Amino acid sequence: MTAVSIHARGLTVLAPDGRTMVQPLDLDLVGGETVALIGESGSGKTLTAKSLIGLLPPGFRAQGEVRYGEQAFELSMPDAAWRPLRGRTVSLLLQDPFTSLSPVHRCGEQIAWTIEAATGRRLRGAARTSAIAARLAEVRLPERVARAYPHELSGGMRQRVAIAAALASDPVLLIADEPTTALDASNQAEILDLLHGIQTARGMAVLLISHDLGLVRGRTDRVLVMRSGEIVERGDTATVLAAPEHAYTRALIEVDPAMRALAADDGSTADGSADDGSTPALAAGTDRPTAVLEASGIVKRFGERTVLDDVSIALRPGEVTGVVGESGSGKSTLARCIAGLEREDGGEIRFEGVVLAPGRGSRTPAQMQIVFQDPYSSLNPMMSIGAILREALHVARRPAADVAVLLETVGLPADFAGKRPAQLSGGQRQRVAIARALAPRPSVLICDESVSALDVSVQAQVLALLAQLRDELGLAILFISHDLAVVREIADTVTVLWDGRVVEQGECARVLTAPEHEYTRLLIAAGRRENPRAAASDLASKGTR
Amino acid sequence: MLAVRVLGMLAILLVLSFIVFSMMYLAPGDLVKTLLGNRPASPEAVAAIREQYHLDDPFLVQYFTWLGGVLTGDLGESIRLQVPVADAIASRLPVTLALCAVAFVLALAVSIPLGVASAVHAGRPVDRVGSALGIVGLSAPTFAVGLLLLYVFAYYVPIFPVYGAGDGGLDTLYHLVLPGITLALGLGAIVLKLTRTALLRELDADYVTSARARGIDDRVVHRLALRNALIPIVTGASLVLTFLVGGTVLAETTFALPGIGLLLQDSVLFKDIAVVQALTLLIAVAIAVIALLADLAYLLLDPRVRAKGVPA
Repeated sequence: MTAVSIHARGLTVLAPDGRTMVQPLDLDLVGGETVALIGESGSGKTLTAKSLIGLLPPGFRAQGEVRYGEQAFELSMPDAAWRPLRGRTVSLLLQDPFTSLSPVHRCGEQIAWTIEAATGRRLRGAARTSAIAARLAEVRLPERVARAYPHELSGGMRQRVAIAAALASDPVLLIADEPTTALDASNQAEILDLLHGIQTARGMAVLLISHDLGLVRGRTDRVLVMRSGEIVERGDTATVLAAPEHAYTRALIEVDPAMRALAADDGSTADGSADDGSTPALAAGTDRPTAVLEASGIVKRFGERTVLDDVSIALRPGEVTGVVGESGSGKSTLARCIAGLEREDGGEIRFEGVVLAPGRGSRTPAQMQIVFQDPYSSLNPMMSIGAILREALHVARRPAADVAVLLETVGLPADFAGKRPAQLSGGQRQRVAIARALAPRPSVLICDESVSALDVSVQAQVLALLAQLRDELGLAILFISHDLAVVREIADTVTVLWDGRVVEQGECARVLTAPEHEYTRLLIAAGRRENPRAAASDLASKGTR
Repeated sequence: MLAVRVLGMLAILLVLSFIVFSMMYLAPGDLVKTLLGNRPASPEAVAAIREQYHLDDPFLVQYFTWLGGVLTGDLGESIRLQVPVADAIASRLPVTLALCAVAFVLALAVSIPLGVASAVHAGRPVDRVGSALGIVGLSAPTFAVGLLLLYVFAYYVPIFPVYGAGDGGLDTLYHLVLPGITLALGLGAIVLKLTRTALLRELDADYVTSARARGIDDRVVHRLALRNALIPIVTGASLVLTFLVGGTVLAETTFALPGIGLLLQDSVLFKDIAVVQALTLLIAVAIAVIALLADLAYLLLDPRVRAKGVPA
């Protein structure tokens, strides 16, 4: 395929109320090139992407012009005029592989639709099977996936199917809108490397939309940084990341845990013993408080499958205990067993030395509280923040007047009591969820992926809040995350779970600088967004478990 | 799973039969007087009737006599019609089944395409017309619609018959048009609303955006969204069907159709317990079977349900 160049001129997006969501911008891409558009949620990067394929949300309007090769198009043209362009010229890969495929159709069929739409011919029999198999092979999936339904595949595999479906029409430009945000760290790198490989082989242009600077590093040629609908910086990826000119870019780099981890690594000595100072030193032999909660030998099965196999963990006051692992490693199940939301099948959980029976009945609110991942669904949208907190205070037999105290504890102004969840940003909602969890003055706070749904800068603020609560209230925090970089930020000790087993456990600084188990090394590599494929095959070849 | 369901259903039927039997027993009215009519009520005649229909037995004995009969395959005899209950029902059932079928097909044939069009063109004229029809259908009572249709299409513009079930075949179908529309209007409105809501939600889903971004034709996109929306639509349709089975009595009364609805009404008024019992159970079984079929349809429609097994 000859390289086609894509040029957008004066691309502007207007909201239904006439506000300018994306300021006029120019964008140039050449086949074989990847350009990253970086920005936080709400910066207008997704609107920019959708305007290039004519799929803006209802009411939004685009202005400007785009040239795909020789042909020029008005971005404001009606839907019917966009249709012939979609698929064959430009295709879009969405963020969430769990929703971007139809759940009731087989994967092969969904890929075939794209091929049929692009060629205008119905595919039948053997021709159909082999065409689908070829597309699956390109994303390194076996032929049998064609017969599978999306729910039978893992997130990473689903995103591969989505890529195969998006590319089956051989577009000259692929817009990938946060294609890995919903995936685990190791899957993220694999998917991006896969995209990169296909793009090079095809000579296709890729516009990668992301909020994550770490992901962009080493995988894109140029980068555009967007803030409030405006491009504040553009240039070669390496140059921009090494010497950012705009304060916003610098701030983005600073709050990115993966980027910070890199900086920390560069500063540490080769033997990995240096402490980067971000975690309190926990040198062996120093006095550590006795554990407030101890889980030992926890076993949990779902039917035939053993999800937790002999997992032990101790939570101490004033310490953050990190648990890392990919989805399916059992880390959330562990949190739920400790919180009594699941009943463990074996082992025991002791709170201040007393054994807690499995299930919720044996626990009191003042022992432990849990903060979930998604602050959008964990707060009742019909209740004001004040009502949500008063309800929690009532259960804890505390006066309703303490609402202001709770809000202050999590760094929110007292007038937030009158607001509703919909009026709050993601970070503010998560603060409310934390405030609610603090109402019964718990000894243990369980954070199950509590910062994973947040933008990096907001993530940093919530992490700082958790660290502050740990120090000021002496909370024992169980911090579950798939993101090693985030755990590194906050945890004092870390437990690495793999396939329901503890593969490594110890002081956070030690485990992350001098990991003993290969799987931990693999996770660390993935966390840095390096190529984990080598590490993975390495691990597989040694047959380590 | 299936066995559990069937057992549960049998338990429900047993309880239901007991409740209906008690209510018929407690209801005012005297069977003897109804049977004798204007004839003189000599003590011998009264005693003979009471003897024949076990009216002097205690309540529970009467119930178990009936239950024993049913379990051995004998539904009893209709006091009013003086024929076996099974025959009485069998002669009435075809009209009711035909009426249900006409109403169901009419309701779905109009409401699903209109619901799809409303969702695809949300906010446009077709959607407005659909919404207006939906509100009329939902709010108009069945008997009022029936009377109105009779007035307009059988009296002022006499193109349809006023009453009766016709002589079979096409003539019966002709006779069932007005009652069919009467029943279909309210039920179709429910399916219309369900279809529109379900499809709107699916059209908003990521996989639809993804399909459109891949250049897939709008017709194919709508089809795949509709395929995903089928579960709520099938649920709605099955609820409508269960309602139809019990709800034909109003239409049958309005249009004087000799179906089981009318039979039920007459039998209740006459205290013809055996017929009432048999009809109630028949309707209950039909509803349970429809619900079971809907659940089995989920298995066909959704591979995720299939993976988890039959819902209990």
